[in-house]
Amino acid sequence: MSELRVKISGFGGQGIILSAFIVGKAASIYDQQHSSMTQAYGPEARGGACSSQVVISSKNVEYPLVNTADVLLAMSQEGYDTFLPILKKGGILLYDTDLVENLRSHKDFIAKGIPATRFAEELGKKIVANIVMLGFATKQAKIVSPDAMKGAIADSVPSKFTDLNMKAFQAGYDYNEEQ
Amino acid sequence: MFQKSRLHGEFFMQGDIACAEGALAAGCRFFGGYPITPASEIAERMAMRLPLLRGVFIQYEDEIASMAGILGASWAGMKSMTATSGPGISLMNENIGLGMMMEAPCVVVNVQRGSPSTGLPTTWGQSDMMQARWGSHGDYGSISLVPNSPQEFFDLTITAFNFSEKYRLPVFLMADALVGHMTEKVVIPKVEELEIINRKYTNKTPKDYLAYDYDESLIPDFAKAGDGYRYHTTGLTHDRRGYPDMTVECQEELVPRLVNKIKNNINDISLTEEYDIERADVIVISYGITSRTILPAITMAKKKGIKVGYLRLKTVWPFPDEKIRKLSEKVAGFVVPEMNLGQISLEVERCAHNNSLVKLVPHPGGGIHKFEDVLHAIEEVVHGK
Repeated sequence: MSELRVKISGFGGQGIILSAFIVGKAASIYDQQHSSMTQAYGPEARGGACSSQVVISSKNVEYPLVNTADVLLAMSQEGYDTFLPILKKGGILLYDTDLVENLRSHKDFIAKGIPATRFAEELGKKIVANIVMLGFATKQAKIVSPDAMKGAIADSVPSKFTDLNMKAFQAGYDYNEEQ
Repeated sequence: MFQKSRLHGEFFMQGDIACAEGALAAGCRFFGGYPITPASEIAERMAMRLPLLRGVFIQYEDEIASMAGILGASWAGMKSMTATSGPGISLMNENIGLGMMMEAPCVVVNVQRGSPSTGLPTTWGQSDMMQARWGSHGDYGSISLVPNSPQEFFDLTITAFNFSEKYRLPVFLMADALVGHMTEKVVIPKVEELEIINRKYTNKTPKDYLAYDYDESLIPDFAKAGDGYRYHTTGLTHDRRGYPDMTVECQEELVPRLVNKIKNNINDISLTEEYDIERADVIVISYGITSRTILPAITMAKKKGIKVGYLRLKTVWPFPDEKIRKLSEKVAGFVVPEMNLGQISLEVERCAHNNSLVKLVPHPGGGIHKFEDVLHAIEEVVHGK
């Protein structure tokens, strides 16, 4: 049985929960895997710390929470600080370079940064930063197949913004740190 | 989402939403409620979907009115539901008792959060389990179903409606914030593939019909409102006509019937799932989300060579007394992890009755059990401590 535990962290309002929903849907509906998505949030709607998590498995997901993560997507400094300790040795860390500036040692991890929010702003809407991040995660951490991710994104955003979201996905997917 | 029909197919769906879709599939066409985290998504979904299915959604001024509203809708012939969390149930309990006395079919969903009082609104707990059994004053039979996944939240919502119609009472669905807010694949069959139980209407003529007359099933038949049947109902102790009769004789006939109509059908109502029970030295009993969050501890115990079995209660009330009693004669003991400080473990103790050890592994809610704590309890039971 192969199992992948993904943690996504940031602020309320960044689409952290939607991101995990898209990953879970891509895995369970499009990739024919099993997945379980859960979320943690406080009483405040926006601005507070927010995290979501997905367990993707070839078998039925029994234990649904993420105590140690194989992949961590960090879209805020607080999210990075809080969840880096649960990233397992050899795990993949993907972070927004403009939002996570205070970096710790990454020697135990495969760490890659992307200016996701800046890319989203360049595309015209800051709100698609999470989708840029998902594109980046699809390529760098192979959490789900590119087609599954694109299918799940298209299903989960308003149809008039499909093109924008596909561009955001592609921007993240094509980004190479060494550029 | 704005589809004018019941859904079918595969969905990546949140537990709360699966509950709402289960209700629609069961034929629920009336929702009365007041929003509360972590149950609001059920109301939100019903508000979007019901008007398109010729149903009615009412957001009441509070939970007291919500419960009264669904009793009224039930009495008018609709399958009705409300969804709330612990604080809301506390307010509904008076009218839940009225529903038990009137024998009004309906479903009451409690997406449990950390408590008491307003407690932990956005995180989970299982500390309302005894409230579901004894929340309203008086003796009455009670049915409580506990899902551990969005799929099961869908499935058990249908079962809850079926039981409520069959046995004529408000049925509790005891979910929790983790299951309610968890998203997983949910397979929704076509309506014709589902087993749906509708209420039983009388064959008698209006002249011969008595609203609370019953046969050996102990369950009175309904009459359709508007069909010319004379109807009276009350929260007071009542005779077979439904008229108040506040005598010891009437009380002695009515109240045991409310209890026995459930007790006599425990084999139909009690739903459980068992693994490795036969040769077990110790059996872990759990329900709801805890049945999933403690699984790693069971794996750890097995790796240590302990013969550990696992019993999951999908129906918590009525409690499977006989099953636990029989198992207690064969095993060293039971371990009961639950997200409260000891509620269902008391029932297990009652049934084990000194035949075997019972170890509670408590958690006050808002987090999950430490695997080591559950493992430690399993080891203690095996070593007879």
